[in-house]
Amino acid sequence: MEQKTLVIGVIGADVHAVGIKILDHAFTDAGFNVINLGVMVSQEEYIAAAIESDADAIVVSSLYGHGELDCRGLRQKCDEAGLEGILLYVGGNIVVGKQPFEGVERRFLAMGFDRVFPPGTSPETTIASLKKDLGVE
Amino acid sequence: MRPILLIDFGSTYTKVTAVDVDAPALLGTASSYTTVQTDVGEGLARAVAQLEGQTGKLDYAERYACSSAAGGLRMVTCGLVPELTAEAAKQASLGAGAKVVGVYSYQLTEDDLDEIAAARPDIVLLTGGTDGGNRDCILHNAEMLAGVPGDFPVVVAGNRAAARGCQRLLAQKETLLCENVMPRFGVLNIDPAQQKIRDIFLDRIIRAKGLSQASELVSGILMPTPSAMLAAMTLLADGLEGEPGIGELLAVDLGGATTDVYSIASGMPKQLDTVYKGLPEPYAKRTVEGDIGMRYSIHGILEAAGLDRVAQLAELPPETVRQMVEDLAAHTDKLPDSAAGRQLDFALASLAVETAVARHAGTIEQTYTPVGLTYVQTGKDLSDVRRIIATGGALIHAPRPEEAVRHALWSPADPISLRPKQAQVWVDRHYILAAMGLLAEHHPKAALQMMKRELTCDGNSK
Repeated sequence: MEQKTLVIGVIGADVHAVGIKILDHAFTDAGFNVINLGVMVSQEEYIAAAIESDADAIVVSSLYGHGELDCRGLRQKCDEAGLEGILLYVGGNIVVGKQPFEGVERRFLAMGFDRVFPPGTSPETTIASLKKDLGVE
Repeated sequence: MRPILLIDFGSTYTKVTAVDVDAPALLGTASSYTTVQTDVGEGLARAVAQLEGQTGKLDYAERYACSSAAGGLRMVTCGLVPELTAEAAKQASLGAGAKVVGVYSYQLTEDDLDEIAAARPDIVLLTGGTDGGNRDCILHNAEMLAGVPGDFPVVVAGNRAAARGCQRLLAQKETLLCENVMPRFGVLNIDPAQQKIRDIFLDRIIRAKGLSQASELVSGILMPTPSAMLAAMTLLADGLEGEPGIGELLAVDLGGATTDVYSIASGMPKQLDTVYKGLPEPYAKRTVEGDIGMRYSIHGILEAAGLDRVAQLAELPPETVRQMVEDLAAHTDKLPDSAAGRQLDFALASLAVETAVARHAGTIEQTYTPVGLTYVQTGKDLSDVRRIIATGGALIHAPRPEEAVRHALWSPADPISLRPKQAQVWVDRHYILAAMGLLAEHHPKAALQMMKRELTCDGNSK
């Protein structure tokens, strides 16, 4: 298979450094070319990395509850930067407090994300979705 | 005794330095106007005659030269994202000693092509995309560059998957393929491109600039002058086996038109709670401030620092400073002949150093996150660098050079700038550092010993 490139990172002022390393290993083991931007990643950094590496997907993590603010406008900026149609995922503890996931998912889909993953999602679930959406296997 | 002649063909002066590599010792230095319009040999002969007035007749075993004459090594760079491959390409060119006359990112436009043609580059460095990454941009740019008139070679150092494609599109020009300046995201790989740039400099730039008569007089023109300076600073910092260097350092070369800053230091975050952002920077880094200089670029200093700060530091009324600055900008060869003139030159040198070093050094900012205080660093952390080298005619001849150079240090007025916290200042009084970079090519130990001795000799502050 042609190797697909993923840009991953933890968005905003979030410094949760462990989960993103686990995702990096899991995605790499699954055969993806992973560009891990680490923690405290701005929208502009995801976009710059995706342009330069011709990435197939941007996978955004957020664990500190402020994901909703951090993620707003990412799809529009991608469009503006010539990344029209790039696959956008988001997952983690992406909103403040405990809220019904259906509502959360709806809001993030409306923001332009292709898939939204609730807290406690295992890497295998995300890998299966990536493979499906990117037409791998 | 084994005398060697080291020559620096500068844009204005041809500087010559005679050394004895056996001792090793500095025998003398002299300079004369560069005569690139007629025959550079004339200016060289005058400088050597002046030198031999001090040293007596010498029978040189070897002669080496560096050059920034005839406009220096003019380069245009093209990359994809401004902060990524375009920045990597710029770093590569500056480190190779080039004068960067244009930096382009994303797709070149027809207007860009007109600009590039007008800039008359000696070399174009074409980059873009990580290996396996974006190919469209670099291929587009290769096609566009093919239509730019001019006999410049193109160094292709982008996505390896597009390299041959670029070469085919640029069939009418000389192309040189080399490794990607950013093979993987965030990885800087500028040495191969720098080596290619240097090869081209040796092969054809010297000939094209009418410096080949000179290369018959010497054993070889080895490199552009800033490249010699960078080599000297790297040797001085790192040392050799059996002859230690002085450790991490910062160097400022203040001229009439531009100010170069060099840092030989890793500069990566020192604390675990610091997150690094942006492209990693080279261990041996050079930046050039084209708008900061003591005469031709005097207005740049005023713009960057503000009239009030210049006036305050010069202890002169702002209106007087404004008039004097206009006078100096119009008479670029004027040296201070009054107390007020010396005070103004001191203030200008101080603020030129401050501005150029602040732009060279990285920054650190505090961010409050839900888990507490975190620091975000961009660029190099030079706060632990303990030695600053001062060179360049405008600085070493400026009033109170050590004190002026202390403006390179961290200041509470700009707390986020990662400039050295405290440092010794060493002044290149005989202006020999570029010559030592040349000498280091074949006699590194002698060059290192002489630099250490020259810089630590009497009069240098602790």
